[in-house]
Amino acid sequence: MTRQIPALASLLAVAAALSVLPFILSDYNIYLAAQVGIFFIAVLGLNILTGYTGQISIGHGAFMAIGGYTTAVLSRDHGTNLIVTMLIAFAICFVVGLLVGLPALRLSGVYLALVTFALAVSVPYLPLQYSTFLGGSVGVSVQPSQVPSNLWVYTAAWACSAILFVLAWVILRGRVGRAFRAVRDSEIAAVASGVELPVYKTLAFGISAAYAGVAGSLLVLANGSAQGSEFDILLSLQILIGAAVAGLGSLWGILVGAAFVGLLPHISASVPVIGKIANRHIDVVFGAAVILIMLLLPEGFAGLLTRIRRLAARA
Amino acid sequence: MENAETSSLAGLRARGSAIDPGAVTVVLLLLGAAIFLLIGCLKSTNFAQYTIQGLALGSVYGSLALALVLVYRATHVINFAQGELAMFTTYIAYDLGLHGLSYWEAFAATLAIAFVIGTLLQVTVIRPVQHRSVIAVVIVTVGLFILIDGVVNWIWGGDFKSMKPPFGNGSFEIGGVTILHLYVGMMAVVLASVVLVWALFRFTKLGLGMRAAALRPAAAALVGVRVDSMLAIGWGLAALLGAVAGLMAEPSQIFLSPTFMQPILVYAFAAAVLGGLESPAGALVGGLLIGVTLTLIVGYVPKIGAELQVPFVFGVILLILLVKPTGLFGRREVRRV
Repeated sequence: MTRQIPALASLLAVAAALSVLPFILSDYNIYLAAQVGIFFIAVLGLNILTGYTGQISIGHGAFMAIGGYTTAVLSRDHGTNLIVTMLIAFAICFVVGLLVGLPALRLSGVYLALVTFALAVSVPYLPLQYSTFLGGSVGVSVQPSQVPSNLWVYTAAWACSAILFVLAWVILRGRVGRAFRAVRDSEIAAVASGVELPVYKTLAFGISAAYAGVAGSLLVLANGSAQGSEFDILLSLQILIGAAVAGLGSLWGILVGAAFVGLLPHISASVPVIGKIANRHIDVVFGAAVILIMLLLPEGFAGLLTRIRRLAARA
Repeated sequence: MENAETSSLAGLRARGSAIDPGAVTVVLLLLGAAIFLLIGCLKSTNFAQYTIQGLALGSVYGSLALALVLVYRATHVINFAQGELAMFTTYIAYDLGLHGLSYWEAFAATLAIAFVIGTLLQVTVIRPVQHRSVIAVVIVTVGLFILIDGVVNWIWGGDFKSMKPPFGNGSFEIGGVTILHLYVGMMAVVLASVVLVWALFRFTKLGLGMRAAALRPAAAALVGVRVDSMLAIGWGLAALLGAVAGLMAEPSQIFLSPTFMQPILVYAFAAAVLGGLESPAGALVGGLLIGVTLTLIVGYVPKIGAELQVPFVFGVILLILLVKPTGLFGRREVRRV
């Protein structure tokens, strides 16, 4: 138990900081902090899938799109309560995730990466084709009376983050988490020790997609509308990068990973020299930063934490 | 290059006179497809025009798929930045054209530049992560994807550009079927570059070294093949084939834009998967099949218009991987535990 005191203390510190932030920050910065919260949820979801069961997905933007459009369409057609639309997005994406997880059972490694990449490129085309229901290139707007304030999105995003983080922690530390890790480390050994491979692999896909769905729903609420171009391949790539920067297979770096994807554009804009490029060409800084981090910190931020902890223990 | 065929032939010989039923089915299927297309072309000029357009586009998909296969065979990863790399080199050709080079001078210079860029990328960013996990390499190529996107937007901006048509706007007619010079030119250029790369692998010492480095890296290193250099050259050749694909895809897209290779990358994925991901010949055949299928479907099934092409191809990829994950020319991977 004593081992977990630093972890609990840092969680409490983060929670305290997050509850104080809205009183200090300007409205625009609250919007940015909400974006970080949204990425936190998506990266957390992807980490459950890729970090814990070893299944690569470059297509989580697709699940975010499904969640986002669910919220937007429900608001447009029925004016449904926003929290309820998020729950529905969670449920729908959980089911869709299970369904996508079924073919994924037969795919692994690069094949799965390839299929999910193609999925992510495909999804933005669907609203263009079914423009009466999904709004075409204009998108689906949330009912004007329902568009929430930045503070509302901030609170919702971080409340969801907290709930989903605890949920992930509970799932991953128990029997299910052990099964996930066994699948990741060796499928054959996992089967030999009685882990039902299909059950756990699809379950991981479902949970992961449901998380992405909530994130997509929040993203739409933050923007006031759902647009296909918001959910392009770059969004999927960003989530994967967030998970890599955070460190796959650990929950302790996710805040850093989410902040990296959510804030890098704004932070690098204020750095001298780089700022000039970043102002208009953030992708250059973003791509270069990702490659550098992968070269220098192979296990991401969580790996760095482990290394520091080991050094501290030795001293 | 001919590895897939020889190894399956070797497999046949090892099992005596028994003929692999899978191989027969594949040959029959391809033969059936060819006959179907031939009859269609003789019956209808529209069909013939779609088929020719499909073959031309398919050869482009095939050459990008071949680039993916070269990288996959050498390092067992997919280069997700392959399409963006091709897009980048096409912009380089566009820029060289602005500086007064003729189309074909720019073409040749671009291929050389593409080779150098591919080799350098392998040495600088891929080699350090190569022996880590698949996920690490995938993420680095994803980083490259974003970086290249950003660089192109930085240098050339996001607006549409257009290049000179490489083969003019002319056409000729055979039996009432109008054939654009462009389509014949596309097929000829792709075919020529593929044959050259094949000859390099088949007949030169360098090619032998590259095949050895890809198939048995440890054994190749023991007999003196410089495996690292071979892999770097492999990436260079892949970038070169990608550049050919980009340059030949551009005239069929009307405009040059930073995202123009993204759908084509998905089509090339489908082609590579259909060919078995390990087989260069398969990638080309896969490219042609995907190209023809797409143009025929877009031509005859109005419901799958321009917007549904990519989702349709996604469905095709999924279907191939579920029904026959080894593709048409692939081998089943046998693993000892």
